[in-house]
Amino acid sequence: MKGDRAERVKTVAEINEKIRDGSVCVVTAEEMKKIVEELGAERAAREVDVVTTGTFGAMCSTGVFLNFGHSDPPIRMQRVWLNDVEAYTGIAAVDAYLGATQQSEKNPEYGGAHVIQGLVRGEEVELKAVSRGTDCYPEKEVQTVITLEDLNFAEMVNPRNAYQRYNAATNSSGRVLRTYMGTLLPNFGNVSFAGCGEISPLMNDPGFRTIGIGTRIFLCGARGYIIGHGTQHCPGYATLMVKGPLKEMKPEFMRAAYMPGYGVTMYVGVGVPIPVLDAEMAKSLAIRDSEIKTKIIDFGVQRRDRPVIREVTYAELKSGKVEINGEEVRVSPLSSVYLARKVMEELKEMILKGEFLLTQPVERLSKGEPLKPLRVVTKLVRSVMSEAVTVTPDTDVRTAARLMIEKGLNHLPVVDGSGKLVGIITSWDVAKAVASGKTGRVEEIMTRNVVTTHPNEAVEVAARKMETHDISALPVVDENGKVLGIVTSEDLSKLLAK
Amino acid sequence: MLFRLKFDSRAVKKPVISMVTLKTSALVNIIRAEVGPRRGEMIVEVEDNLADKVESEFKELGVEVCRLKRKVERSEECVHCGACLSICPVEAIAIGEDGRVEFLDRCVLCGNCVNVCPVKALSLPI
Repeated sequence: MKGDRAERVKTVAEINEKIRDGSVCVVTAEEMKKIVEELGAERAAREVDVVTTGTFGAMCSTGVFLNFGHSDPPIRMQRVWLNDVEAYTGIAAVDAYLGATQQSEKNPEYGGAHVIQGLVRGEEVELKAVSRGTDCYPEKEVQTVITLEDLNFAEMVNPRNAYQRYNAATNSSGRVLRTYMGTLLPNFGNVSFAGCGEISPLMNDPGFRTIGIGTRIFLCGARGYIIGHGTQHCPGYATLMVKGPLKEMKPEFMRAAYMPGYGVTMYVGVGVPIPVLDAEMAKSLAIRDSEIKTKIIDFGVQRRDRPVIREVTYAELKSGKVEINGEEVRVSPLSSVYLARKVMEELKEMILKGEFLLTQPVERLSKGEPLKPLRVVTKLVRSVMSEAVTVTPDTDVRTAARLMIEKGLNHLPVVDGSGKLVGIITSWDVAKAVASGKTGRVEEIMTRNVVTTHPNEAVEVAARKMETHDISALPVVDENGKVLGIVTSEDLSKLLAK
Repeated sequence: MLFRLKFDSRAVKKPVISMVTLKTSALVNIIRAEVGPRRGEMIVEVEDNLADKVESEFKELGVEVCRLKRKVERSEECVHCGACLSICPVEAIAIGEDGRVEFLDRCVLCGNCVNVCPVKALSLPI
């Protein structure tokens, strides 16, 4: 362990002694950076005992385990709904796990996060449960109203929270994208990013010297614990699995949210106290936004491996503007530095009042391993496209009509002399032309703004393009706009019929 | 300046906008209007320097006048995340020194921010 070589200044036990006798020195992560700058790491490590770090952001991987208690006659709850939001019941009879992102069956903008928030705010929640009935649990249906107080057990258990850092998002496509990273405007119209940068817990202890399994933390106002590394935990992008008692949580440190057009999520406030064991610890607590790099990735490409547009620091992102392709693009944060500061301040207060003692982790967090993708056999456009029969702008409409009948086609891409796409005509265009007596040249009736695909695009993406634009074929073009083939909705239905 | 005008059954019968325009020479831009046989409501915009004059003329004609703030309204639900920042076409939203999201006066009430707010904390005053 690298830290062991550094001069030990104090232990967690000694810090807890100071918390008990009221002599502890606690500062927030923001204050600590200035202190290290002024005093240097050695002196800062002697002066400061604990640094509170914090984050407040949308954390989809959030939920609660609930125990409702037994009714009379008792029921084995096989399916459970809270305000029409279904909870997972594949566990014991009256236990359930309600996930924050689970949508209501009646209102897609309401979900598990809203139910959790409602419970913490002391609101009544409708509980409905059904069962097939068993000899030991004869009841088949229960419907009642509960509050948080009525529950025997309510523990927030979040499989993936407090990302160390996160990719920023932008959109190269020509349409507005509504994503879990917020609303992304077309043609690199904006950038959004998540994470609080230099004050984020994992950013301040990247070697996991003090943040580990068993570390006591601040979770939405309650005293919680880190119970492991989170799902999708990987080097540089570490995550935490955490838990904490719902009954002790405070409404101001959580917020149910709905990312427009995407779905429900939950803003969660997480604070982690970091003991300043030695100068090396003080050094890592001095990290600045300008040293924290992430990537801006393009959500305009609807594949898992979205292209990286550029590297960027949190300092640039927080400045509100970044440069993309020589142009200034405005930036939206999605995490709240304001509430992350409240988390750090509140945790600091709790420690100063002696209400919050530090713990030594019982096990180190894994360093993480590169993430494995889910291997799904993806069909690409190249495997389903057919040869395109093309015409030129000066082709006679009659000739085009004859081609369509002879070859049994509904779409003819229009190309220039070099094979580059300049338009498309459909059998509908031809029929319209005939009906209105405009049977001149193809260029008079063709659609010039053509939605296209390319050979390496997934068929699902091509299908979505057709659906979005309400069309039934896409010319397949290379990067220079040269027509390579065509993919039609019939080609796609054949794929399903196989 | 934006005004919300409310007409009762008497005022609704008069051509108040034209009357006020003739009297004050102020250009009155009607942003929204719902006028029925017995009552009506309108949102109008007038130049700031004529606002006082126009307001008193409307009142004279028996119209209830309420000045609207030229800003989106924000509830306690706001978490100061800033999702709205880059959506604003006129850069009327900023993060202040203390980290809170602030709405500036140059807001044009387009409503873009209202539609992207993840916690539905924003609404238009009109």
